Amino acid sequence: MKPINQRAWFLVLPVFLCVAFSAILPLMTVVNYSVQDIISPERRVFVGTEWFAAVLRDEELHGALLRQLGFSLAVLLVEIPLGICLALSMPAQGWRASAVLVVVALSLLIPWNVVGTIWQIYGRADIGLLGAALQALGVDYNYTGDATDAWVTVLVMDVWHWTPLVALLCFAGLRSIPDAYYQAARIDGASKFAVFRYIQLPKMRGVLMIAVLLRFMDSFMIYTEPFVLTGGGPGNATTFLSQYLTQKAVGQFDLGPAAAFSLIYFLIILLLCFILYNWMQSVGTQDKSEVAHG
Amino acid sequence: MDERRFRKRSIFLIAYLLFALLPIYWMVNMSFRSNEEILSSFSLWPQHFTLASYKTIFTDPSWYDGYINSLIYVAINTVISIGVALPAAYAFSRYSFLGDKHVFFWLLTNRMTPPAVFLLPFFQLYTTLGLMDTHIAVALAHLLFNVPLAVWILEGFMSGIPREIDETAYIDGYGFPRFFLTVFLPLIKAGVGVAAFFCFMFSWVELLLARTLTSVNAKPIVATMTRTVSASGMDWATLAAAGTLTIVPGAIVIWFVRHYIAKGFAMGRV
Repeated sequence: MKPINQRAWFLVLPVFLCVAFSAILPLMTVVNYSVQDIISPERRVFVGTEWFAAVLRDEELHGALLRQLGFSLAVLLVEIPLGICLALSMPAQGWRASAVLVVVALSLLIPWNVVGTIWQIYGRADIGLLGAALQALGVDYNYTGDATDAWVTVLVMDVWHWTPLVALLCFAGLRSIPDAYYQAARIDGASKFAVFRYIQLPKMRGVLMIAVLLRFMDSFMIYTEPFVLTGGGPGNATTFLSQYLTQKAVGQFDLGPAAAFSLIYFLIILLLCFILYNWMQSVGTQDKSEVAHG
Repeated sequence: MDERRFRKRSIFLIAYLLFALLPIYWMVNMSFRSNEEILSSFSLWPQHFTLASYKTIFTDPSWYDGYINSLIYVAINTVISIGVALPAAYAFSRYSFLGDKHVFFWLLTNRMTPPAVFLLPFFQLYTTLGLMDTHIAVALAHLLFNVPLAVWILEGFMSGIPREIDETAYIDGYGFPRFFLTVFLPLIKAGVGVAAFFCFMFSWVELLLARTLTSVNAKPIVATMTRTVSASGMDWATLAAAGTLTIVPGAIVIWFVRHYIAKGFAMGRV
């Protein structure tokens, strides 16, 4: 295995300092706020866990959390398979490969507030292509008035925006498979599905893990796009956790509860990512033993 | 059989590319129209083609400075991210040391903090340090989510390089810095390209932190664009033109790294 070398810490030190500077200091500030009642910059009272208890009892928060979980789950269920399919169908070489790569990556490069604004027009039935097309097909589509339409629009927008990330990672993973593997599979007369299941999927495991975790955490923190597109409405159909938090922190100047909320929010993401991370690692190892035995 | 399979694949690919391009086409379409035309009628292409929005952006310093500011802090951020991530990724891929797995996961957890959580603490921290409204402030703040990602991606690439290469180099009398720069770095070029692209992208499109930490001198284009929202209504055309222009630098970057992505990486450990 890897040799033990404590001096390797020196190589990690720069990263440690950088991230500590921009993570630990601010995080400590948040922790500090979360246990105090800040009445004015000079007057603050220690309140212990009061804010945490208040936040945990908050009914609106439960609603936002459930909507968030549903949304992130939907994002993963749509984007991961779609991204894999897209990566499998992208040409491997030549000018077409380059062109497709650039076109696929375009949506990633648009600032998030522009994404929301463009979809705002794009989805309008009177002047937007998507809205007008759906209207012409006889669908009664109105994302500003109907909760389901709004939710689906935010989801489709996210799929459009972020599937390329999954596809690019998977594409890079697929390209690393040596031709010899495919030749061996052809000699064995393996079906297309078998090639996918036993060669391509295991080889993509590493990149898929990055893709799933990145998409999970980023969708769990989604803020700008729905804020611009729907403003969280209609009602609170598309008010996800981030937006609810910002409403609290900025809208009501409630620093203490907002800080407590932030920490709970962070712990939820951390816990879910930890479960996902370990689950995916065990799935991978099971696969390996299966292949070894079969 | 193969022919039909090939065709099914192409149809899927073309359908996806259409889905990907239509909203972008709509944005470009809007950028060549006037606000009145955008809001008054539905049309698949500009009826009265105009470059007025682009003219506004290219002649008004408060607009084009936004692009320059963004490019400056994104470049600083990408250089620092890759610079500190390279040695760390090497350490994670080659050695075991006290707490290595925990530190690795801890790094990833920093990508999981919602930027909204850090707005106020960052504001206070950078005000205290006197770094508000500087490019370096935004670049440092963006390290929060870019450094972990860069370490993660680079570690995957490095684990794909056999360790015998390091050992041979050391036996040949290379010191670590010389080995790293002249032997190892060229081997993981592809990884550096891919990691740099992701750092560039995430820093380029981030709005919340960049907007909070700047006011005038380092105001990024994403923040400048929020100006198009005013009491008198949205300036859709200028926003669309600005959006179209924000794609350009990223498209150039991906053009340069496309071969690296096409060369592939599988990620060893993770």
